[in-house]
Amino acid sequence: MSKKVLVLGEINEGSLRNASFETIAAAKTIAENGEIVAILAGKAVRSLAQEMIHYGADRVVTVEHENLSHYTSDGYTQAITDVIEAEQPEGLVFAHTALGKELAPRLASKLETGLISDVTSIEKQGDDVQFTRPIYSGKAFEKKVITDGVIFATIRPNNIAPLEKDETRTGEVTSLDVEIKDLRTKIKELIRNTTDGVDLSEAKVIIAGGRGVKSEEGFEPLHELADVLGGAVGASRGACDAGYCDYALQIGQTGKVVTPDLYIACGISGAIQHLAGMSNSKTIVAINKDPEANIFNVADYGIVGDLFDVIPLLTQELKALKVGV
Amino acid sequence: MNLFVVMKRTFDTEEKIVIDDGRVAEESAEFIINPYDEYAVEEAVQLKEQHGGEVTVVTIGDEEAEKELRTALAMGADKAVLINTEEDLEDGDAYTTAKALAEFFKDKEADLILAGNVAIDEGSGQVGPRLAEFLDIPAITTITNLEVDGSQVLIERDVEGDIEKIEATLPLLVTAQQGLNEPRYPSLPGIMKAKKKPLEELELDDLDLDGEEIEAKTKTVEVFLPPEKEAGRVLEGEIGAQVQELVSLLQKEAKVI
Repeated sequence: MSKKVLVLGEINEGSLRNASFETIAAAKTIAENGEIVAILAGKAVRSLAQEMIHYGADRVVTVEHENLSHYTSDGYTQAITDVIEAEQPEGLVFAHTALGKELAPRLASKLETGLISDVTSIEKQGDDVQFTRPIYSGKAFEKKVITDGVIFATIRPNNIAPLEKDETRTGEVTSLDVEIKDLRTKIKELIRNTTDGVDLSEAKVIIAGGRGVKSEEGFEPLHELADVLGGAVGASRGACDAGYCDYALQIGQTGKVVTPDLYIACGISGAIQHLAGMSNSKTIVAINKDPEANIFNVADYGIVGDLFDVIPLLTQELKALKVGV
Repeated sequence: MNLFVVMKRTFDTEEKIVIDDGRVAEESAEFIINPYDEYAVEEAVQLKEQHGGEVTVVTIGDEEAEKELRTALAMGADKAVLINTEEDLEDGDAYTTAKALAEFFKDKEADLILAGNVAIDEGSGQVGPRLAEFLDIPAITTITNLEVDGSQVLIERDVEGDIEKIEATLPLLVTAQQGLNEPRYPSLPGIMKAKKKPLEELELDDLDLDGEEIEAKTKTVEVFLPPEKEAGRVLEGEIGAQVQELVSLLQKEAKVI
């Protein structure tokens, strides 16, 4: 049975996030030829509507309000609830990003519905829509279904490929007037840490450092390699505990769970907690001085050697080739 | 301050997962306080030390969870509450948990509710924000710093590596991110004291709820292990040649660059 599915377009520094296009692809599986309606919320967002349509949305509803210029769970909960009431969808798909993780459960409570978080794949099984998601940080997986009410899921970035962009697609763009009452929380300041603008959850390439990086300065060659590949830098718990980098970069069972196309582990021994956070990456490269390091057991390619010799050579080689991802 | 911590008992992070009869086998596993909830307990105890008040830790589960509640009491919490659902619930989900907690919190007049931002077992991260919505209070997730001044609260929140500085007022629910603090180890006197601290056990009945009212809205149909990753190739030869080979493999074999 075809279903109407709402997705949320997430805007970061004036552009739509790739994860938003992925939600459209996910919605397609649920909708079964039903209509896919994208919500865009913010201060001035109408100019981004066409891009959601090019990626497969049938229609876009914009909600524009002064109080939506920055995301707050209060503001967005009010705005999105109004859209849901107006549209009466049978499905909802958000990205499992910082925003989606905070907003989706709130909305699910408000709507008294179930929610399946951090989904990595979706399949139809007869009339059921089954959602696969990691548990125990990827040490195992489960398949879940919604048993009651609206189908609601958040999908992990980088796992469900967006549909091919089609600039000839057209669709209606309407706006909905919303009332956003006094916000109980106020954002005073945003401090950007990700110098290269690529964040871990969406990065196609991650260069991660462990204790073997030895110091804060030791991360420099990793950043240079990340720049060449358009990737992000991450770290193991060991490197964070040692104070070489911020906990925001930690990958593992505590910390972020990531699944990039390419994961290069530098000076990381490969504790079970770290492997839980990255072993589902598509291709894993390990660089470590210790040939017995556990990381080699999950790596597709390994180089036994000093990362301070290997990384600069690798950066040089890639620069010469001018490869992209 | 009237401080509450919502916590969960989880597998130790060292544990390997074994599936038995379609479920994750728990028999031989070691359990701990979910690491993110441990940050929440520590933060609550620190706030009490600075501002006075009382810390109550709450969990939903079975009698086994008493051990983790005692650990939280040994860290400095004053009271513990176990909402024992063993008799009344088959399989709950985040909706079930948040609904039961909301009922518990209805008459508690909590100033601040702290929780972990995610549990390392189910990993859905839903209970905190869901509970806040049921209680109609704001929720701020993945916080890395918290300062309370009267009813004003200043918070730093981790947003995928960036930091948002947020102003809010009590009552409030926050969920802890790594980096918020360094949880203490319970001291021996702390452990001794914890044995005498009050631990209240409630059943759904005591909250005027029955299992059906808070029945899960999702169902797990299958649990499985990911395919075992085979060890790949360790390259050989002189370092420069290895690097060249690696680049070529990434381009031609793995096709990722």
